[in-house]
Amino acid sequence: MAKYIGQAVKRVEDRRFITGKGRYTDDIKLPGMTYAAIVRSPHAHATINAIDTSRALAADGVVTAFVGQDLADAGVGGLPCGWQVDFKNGDTMKEPPHPVLAVGKVRHVGDPVVIVIAETRDQAQDAAELVEVDYGILPAAVDTVASAGEGAPLVHDDVPRNVPFDWGLGDADAAAAALDSAAHVTTLEITNQRLVANAIEPRCAIGDYDSARDHYTLYTSSQNPHVIRLLMTAFVLGLPEHKVRVVSPDVGGGFGSKIFHYAEEVLAIWCSRQIERPVKWTAQRSESFISDAQGRDHVTKAELGLDADGNFTGLRVTTHANVGAYLSTFSTCVPTYLYGTLLQGLYTTPAIYVDVTAVFTNTVPVDALRGAGRPEATYLLERLVDTAAHELGLDPGELRRRNFIPPFDGVEQPGYQTQVALQYDSGNYAGVLDKALEMVGYDDFREEQAAARAEGRYLGIGFSTYIEACGIAPSAVVGSLGARAGLFESAVVRVQPTGKVSVFVGSHSHGQGHETTFSQVVADQLGIPIEDVDIIHGDTDQVPFGMGTYGSRSLAVGGSAIVRSLDKVKEKGAKIAAHLLEASEDDLEYAGGKWTVRGTDKSIGFGDVALTAYVPHNYPEGLEPGLDFTSFYDPANFTFPFGAHLCIVEVCADTGKVTLKRFVAVDDVGNVINPQIVEGQVHGGVCHGIGQALLEGAIYDGDGQLVNGSYMDYAMPRADDLPALELGRTVTPCPHNPLGAKGAGEAGTIGATPAVVNAAVDALWHVGVRDLPMPLTPQTVWQAIQQAGS
Amino acid sequence: MSVSINVTVNGRGYQEEVEPRLLLADFLRDVLGLTGTHVGCDTSGCGACTIIVDGKAVKSCTLLAVQADGADLTTIEGLASNGALHPLQEGFHEEHGLQCGFCTPGMIMAAWQLLERNPNPSDAEIRHALEGNFCRCTGYENIVKSVRAAAGSAA
Ligand code: FES
Ligand code: FES
Repeated sequence: MAKYIGQAVKRVEDRRFITGKGRYTDDIKLPGMTYAAIVRSPHAHATINAIDTSRALAADGVVTAFVGQDLADAGVGGLPCGWQVDFKNGDTMKEPPHPVLAVGKVRHVGDPVVIVIAETRDQAQDAAELVEVDYGILPAAVDTVASAGEGAPLVHDDVPRNVPFDWGLGDADAAAAALDSAAHVTTLEITNQRLVANAIEPRCAIGDYDSARDHYTLYTSSQNPHVIRLLMTAFVLGLPEHKVRVVSPDVGGGFGSKIFHYAEEVLAIWCSRQIERPVKWTAQRSESFISDAQGRDHVTKAELGLDADGNFTGLRVTTHANVGAYLSTFSTCVPTYLYGTLLQGLYTTPAIYVDVTAVFTNTVPVDALRGAGRPEATYLLERLVDTAAHELGLDPGELRRRNFIPPFDGVEQPGYQTQVALQYDSGNYAGVLDKALEMVGYDDFREEQAAARAEGRYLGIGFSTYIEACGIAPSAVVGSLGARAGLFESAVVRVQPTGKVSVFVGSHSHGQGHETTFSQVVADQLGIPIEDVDIIHGDTDQVPFGMGTYGSRSLAVGGSAIVRSLDKVKEKGAKIAAHLLEASEDDLEYAGGKWTVRGTDKSIGFGDVALTAYVPHNYPEGLEPGLDFTSFYDPANFTFPFGAHLCIVEVCADTGKVTLKRFVAVDDVGNVINPQIVEGQVHGGVCHGIGQALLEGAIYDGDGQLVNGSYMDYAMPRADDLPALELGRTVTPCPHNPLGAKGAGEAGTIGATPAVVNAAVDALWHVGVRDLPMPLTPQTVWQAIQQAGS
Repeated sequence: MSVSINVTVNGRGYQEEVEPRLLLADFLRDVLGLTGTHVGCDTSGCGACTIIVDGKAVKSCTLLAVQADGADLTTIEGLASNGALHPLQEGFHEEHGLQCGFCTPGMIMAAWQLLERNPNPSDAEIRHALEGNFCRCTGYENIVKSVRAAAGSAA
């Protein structure tokens, strides 16, 4: 029956992008539009003693300017955090205000201080340069661990030791006992460095207040317009939500950084109301580096205990997580519920404990970035396992196999209850590893490696077998853990009188290809041509509600909401069809876009039924006209994709340069609707993960200045940094959602990073290198080789 | 103080008064409304703004509009002819060479230059030619395939 599902249907959204007709926020020009420039703090930590905007206000074309006190006086609230994580001892999370424009003090380089609005962008920028701010520079807290120590400068006066919350999960006593009695303990000190998301489209926001209707429209480059509307209206501006429309048109990549509610969105709307003209703000790239929330930044001690047979007996993880200067929207759940809960990995480790201390610093806020917590967990686990294999002289594949959770489908065999709160849905973990080893030609590689070593060439292979958790849910559970939002998704399926179908989804596509994937599902389920389906997203006036796109949730959660609505369409359609065919509903079957009376050739098409629903002359008694259904889907559980990544590198002993020779990724993302789109997601994810391993990292100096805040200085993968990626797939359906899909957006990022670093360490283990800090720049690696040899 | 310039863009002549400091990328977007050319950075590092200037792929954020006086420009909007997509546009569509689409116009223009100079490039040559253009979505894998497909179909 499936005509489209499982096929590499070419993307329906492509045409506008390849012809230059995409419509990104910055492409929008409204009549009478003004342009905003934001004066940002050049200091990491300082008091604001005085602000003088007089020269700016007198400059050509300037309309107005506002400072933080103007907003405070108008009752504008601070940016809220979306998840409350209380201290281990029960004390409430410390949540200092996060003002839209700084008042009294700035807390990171880039903290917004003044907004200047002018007739043109250049005029706004010129005038912003004329604003004079008198700062009293204070010492800055920068280092992740030291900032939580005695005597560190306080980012917020009322947050002692700069710790807004701490958190633990698992059984501390059991983990300690397991480590004490272990035959071998592998210990690593790991820094998971800070990354910058760097979506290629800079953030942009346009506020448009319509005084005639007392109505607001915000156009914003966001991954979740409804969430922005909710946070902005309910918590920050106190506006009536029904008078605010938020539109996220085409968005040029997000990777997490466009989930959060940002100050510029509030400013655009609020300023537009003040001047009764549209206000546009577009980030310059240098501004993105100091105002988009950044990612990762953990410092961790991790210990893995093993018995004499190489079985994992206990894991203890102690982490300091840098949250930057303020608690960004989801900053609190990333290093806790999205991190600690993943430390079971694919293994049967019976005792696990994780302890996390969150730390404020005078740096850009840290929040979710592609993978969000899960890459940090996977990195330390997979580094531990490969290191343990080296230390014990075991094959890294064999060691994993010894410890894998046995296969379970979640139907015949129950889900797997971890030591860290989650219940895995279904998995066959040895299956992905076997496939990856076969693809890479493992035995041959080990021979090649030995031969190369004899010639003085250093080849290495790195393993990474990962699990990830997508579609975080259900709402009641996340609510009990502190989430201040539900995590369902909604979909409207509107059958038009002619049988064409408009689908309104709460998920948002910023590259994921929803318009195609969702159309495939709808077309197959209704048995209609894909051209008859239109997917609409990204507009709160059109879509009833939505939680947006992040955490690889769109197909598993949003797709399931669509299926629910399709079921309702078919159910009502059957009633109409039965009436028209003068048959009983029970005798009908729906296939190929028509209802047929079983065993006869009497049938009626979907289009005829749709028309009847809207022209109900000959119609079942008591049935409402129309064919239009809304569903909200709140999943029973997360979904758990998994996979095995193998990376082969060559390390040049003379220069320390790490060259990727091969990268094999076998991922199991459950059922696949469009294999080409899924492969694309994996390619992008793997590239991102490789970027962290080899190239990327935000560098702050001791004063809290971001040293590499531009595309000249922040290294990211370019086309010639990568080998061709070799992908494989196994399919273990998700047992608890109607599509059996798990999610693919972050898997590559989660799996790839440890595979690369493990490969480099494997290449250098025999010369005495035991660990390498990311990113593996030639200098870092060369130094490690020198130190190992001395 | 504005300066008058004459340019041909996608086969159509324009005469415009521009500020001397106006970047060519902003001229295309803000003055001519050709928003297919994107701006992703302020250090000439991303390539999203790449267009064709007198037959050469150029990052349009590195030129002032006044420097383009008298030039013949092609942007992504002008690549298809008579409604028929250019082989590169077809290639990107067939091989899923784009996700969010933001890097895509620049990527296609940079690839256009490569194929002009080398109609049958190897994968390594394609990767090398595109190293001035960031893509954060695709991992470049399918972009390489797209260019290869376009080279094959043009040959
Ligand atoms: S905008 Fe021109 S290179 Fe980035
Ligand atoms: S497709 Fe999104 S940056 Fe390339």
